[in-house]
Amino acid sequence: MPTSKRLYGNRLAILAPLATVVVLASLALAFFQAPIEADQGFSQKIIYIHVPLAITTLIGFIWGGICAIQYLRSGDPRDDLRSYTAIHQSLIFCIGALLTGMIWAKASWGQWWVWDEPTLVSFLIVFLLYCTYQPLRFSIEDPERQSRYAAVFAVVAGAFVPLNFIAVRLADPLIHPRVLGTAEGGLTPGMRPAFYLGILGALLLFFTLCRYEMANKHTRAQLKALKRRFGQDAPARAGRSSAPEVPAR
Amino acid sequence: MTETLPPNTGFVAAAYLVFVALLLIYVTIMSIRASRLERELDQLLREEDEEAVVVEAVAEETVSGEAGR
Repeated sequence: MPTSKRLYGNRLAILAPLATVVVLASLALAFFQAPIEADQGFSQKIIYIHVPLAITTLIGFIWGGICAIQYLRSGDPRDDLRSYTAIHQSLIFCIGALLTGMIWAKASWGQWWVWDEPTLVSFLIVFLLYCTYQPLRFSIEDPERQSRYAAVFAVVAGAFVPLNFIAVRLADPLIHPRVLGTAEGGLTPGMRPAFYLGILGALLLFFTLCRYEMANKHTRAQLKALKRRFGQDAPARAGRSSAPEVPAR
Repeated sequence: MTETLPPNTGFVAAAYLVFVALLLIYVTIMSIRASRLERELDQLLREEDEEAVVVEAVAEETVSGEAGR
């Protein structure tokens, strides 16, 4: 069996091409099938990448919280790794959503950022909140305490995400368009396939990258265990790290 | 050429490039790490094979030595 197959397993071999196909199909639909919006013109095409990234970010943060609850219940380090990976990936997606959102804002509103817009500011607050996750982990040396405290953080912050989302939707002065649910700023039927496929593609990409990172961490743990078995110098935990300690399978 | 492109094409291109760039940076970092792991794992497996060959050879020598006696 080739080493790469042994490292990543079959699930990743299915997920990765599937995510690629869905993302490419959603982009093709967005550019060649979805009509150009009357108000915003061509710049509206940005929402087919910006909104799926933002939605996946929020789902990823909530998923991180759910895995953290699992960890607190079971004490299984793999749940801690799932929570850590979900939050790490969500942060990367969050950067993508913020940057694409800023570009869209400049194209539509003529400004990179609008400070009195609740949607933007609340998303930035969520991003800054989760930026403290890695430093929090790094500041705790004992691996067990690190995992427990990080899990509590992930649960509380994960609960804050939907509350924050609902509060923003209820807020009155909005200039940011509501893509989902309301009549104004909503999608026309011709735009929906590209948009929903975009969300599916972003979610598939998210879970593919999560799996990829988890496989990488598992392999590193196995390698360390193997090295120790062969009597080579491989400490169980190489210095302080924000990444969870993963048991070798 | 710019006359044929719709307005704000630059912004749309920039947004999609940001997405692709983020993805590429992440995948590059991860694949560098993964290839390092693969190399180390291959080396360990080679060492294990070599060790097994040596053990086999020693065992064979011992058996033939005992038979000769």
